[in-house]
Amino acid sequence: MTLLIKNGRVIDPSSGFDAIADVLIRDGIFAEGSSEGARVFDAAGKIVAPGFIDMHVHLREPGIEHAETIETGGKAAAAGGFTTICCMPNTIPVNDNDTVTSYIVQRARQVSPVNVYPIGAITKGSLGEELAAIESMREAGIVAISDDGRPVMNSRVMRRAMEVARALDMPVIDHCEDLNLSAGGDMHEGAQSVRLGLRGIPSASEDVMVARDLLLAELTGARFHVAHLSTSRSVAMVAFAKSRGLRVSCEVTPHHFAITDKELSGYDSNYRMKPPLRSERDVEAAIQGIADGTIDAIATDHAPHAGSEKMQEFERCPFGITGLETAVGLTLSELVHKGLISVTRMIELFTTGPANILKLNRGTLKPGAPGDVTVFDLDTEWTYDVQQSSSKSRNSPFHGRRFRGGPVATIVGGEIVWSRNL
Amino acid sequence: MTGILDIESLDRAEIEEILERARFFQPPANQSYRRLDILRGKTIVNLFFESSTRTRVSFEIAAKRLGADTLSIAAAGSSVSKGESLVDTLNTLVAMRPNAIVMRHAASGAPHFLARHLQIPIVNAGDGTHEHPTQALLDARTILDHRPSLGGLRVAIIGDIAHSRVARSNVHLLSKFGAEIVLCGPASLLPRELEQLAPGVRLAYNMNEALQGADVIMMLRVQLERQHEAPMAASEYFRFYGLRLEHLKLAKPDAIVMHPGPINRGRELSSEVADSQRSVILNQVENGVAVRMAVLERILG
Repeated sequence: MTLLIKNGRVIDPSSGFDAIADVLIRDGIFAEGSSEGARVFDAAGKIVAPGFIDMHVHLREPGIEHAETIETGGKAAAAGGFTTICCMPNTIPVNDNDTVTSYIVQRARQVSPVNVYPIGAITKGSLGEELAAIESMREAGIVAISDDGRPVMNSRVMRRAMEVARALDMPVIDHCEDLNLSAGGDMHEGAQSVRLGLRGIPSASEDVMVARDLLLAELTGARFHVAHLSTSRSVAMVAFAKSRGLRVSCEVTPHHFAITDKELSGYDSNYRMKPPLRSERDVEAAIQGIADGTIDAIATDHAPHAGSEKMQEFERCPFGITGLETAVGLTLSELVHKGLISVTRMIELFTTGPANILKLNRGTLKPGAPGDVTVFDLDTEWTYDVQQSSSKSRNSPFHGRRFRGGPVATIVGGEIVWSRNL
Repeated sequence: MTGILDIESLDRAEIEEILERARFFQPPANQSYRRLDILRGKTIVNLFFESSTRTRVSFEIAAKRLGADTLSIAAAGSSVSKGESLVDTLNTLVAMRPNAIVMRHAASGAPHFLARHLQIPIVNAGDGTHEHPTQALLDARTILDHRPSLGGLRVAIIGDIAHSRVARSNVHLLSKFGAEIVLCGPASLLPRELEQLAPGVRLAYNMNEALQGADVIMMLRVQLERQHEAPMAASEYFRFYGLRLEHLKLAKPDAIVMHPGPINRGRELSSEVADSQRSVILNQVENGVAVRMAVLERILG
């Protein structure tokens, strides 16, 4: 099985390559030499990049399969141009032991068109008290630990988790939220929340946890990663920690750099997520952080919820939106085409950024690496129709939005798992 | 189909029309109401997901005086307690073809959410801590019964502003007419962002400062049911934010005292103030019917 991707503009930040070229994948691995007998994929006019990695998704399986499954989430990832995704442990049961981890790994091999790496829980049941079976999960295939959505409030427990993670050379990912400060909150605390009569989630609820975790990362020497960072102060603190040489990284979601709390005026639950949409100042800081390298990765926090759950009074709806299929379009439209970052920088954020954090042998076109490729169009306009989504859920605020540029083909291990004409 | 969801999205002319029409519906002195047949054959459903006496009765009387058929549903005895979603409950009611729905709900934005999914006019009778548009309209009608216009008036709104839909609706309305609004309350109930709610708003944490030169004093109830933290002790609250007779000296000599009710004597205002000549609390209640008649007629007439 050989695939030749011809005539595209090949950009590989891992090697600094950027030129019109061909990419050869033989037996699932990037190769050099003869392309005789290869199947040809014509990428003329398109950009050929290492396969994109989304290090933060929720696949809802096991336990919440009415909202998403490993199969449908994997298909949505492929349709969004992602070749690799990492799934958070807040399933039912929680992925806090090697049995659940193995289930996810095996199920993904059977049904997912893209690579799936599980992230294990930090604590048993993500209850924040006792550490989960981290070493066993590591052997079963997790690439990081996180109690995403249910942050570890007890600093001593977090310290121990970081010590274990450091010994295993695995990052600790935290959804930074002081649950006492954010309790009962519906949206970003500010003029808009006061106007709408919705309860606020202050920026400080994120900032205090980022500060705590950075201090614990310094104490323990662990590799620490801030999930879906959303405030200007978090960006500043991560930049400061990096300048002091701490092994710290962070991600931002497309919705946190593309839209603000101003969009929330209609009590539409598709704008309800954690962390909440923040102010313009926070969006500017996120974009600055993306441009100057403080932010290492773009991750979607793809959080599918069944229609019935999102079709309620705003304050009763669960938090989260889908994001796999709109991430590349948003990044191109909001960052690249507005001249805020280069295409190469964008590709870094989706490839070498997450790959380095998770120490994956992916996100590169170097010979010998797994043959994962994302082919995307830079300029063609298209409209997102959530009704056509591969995800089981429809909770996206970007339905009907026009994008300039987006994915056209997703190639995993030399196999074209998804493609479309743009 | 448009109902009335909030004051913020109404313009000045629309508000003026409602207030003017409400004057027509005010009963002449010492006379009882006559039943009109402006809305004969129309059915209005009052759907109260939160307990209410005055607002529900006021809407019901307003509808009946216009000749409409009304029925009131309290959510406690309804399908809501059987786990039905809000949209399904409303869809069920809408299938029986009423002409309008008046609703009160504990969740901010609940009527806005429903209005996007249903083809029936909805009148918001109070949504969570967001707005209570007919209360602001009846308050404006009451002020205008005592003052020639709203422009340039000094209005002090005192109490639990953070959780008050009455305060938000009043701020939007008064601001549209150029009144000066001072919001006053304990720091935990007076978020600083309120200053950005509308032009002409300022905040005061000291009641004496807020009352200085006021034409109108609006007192608000402390909404313990919406507070999620331990409240200020009642005695402490009354000492610093309760309206007593001696405070009235700070306001204009002919200042009026208002309260949306229900009042808690000895908590946000003293009994003497509540019963004083300055209190127009019962006029507010009376105007509630006239204003709601004007609103219902506007939507269905």
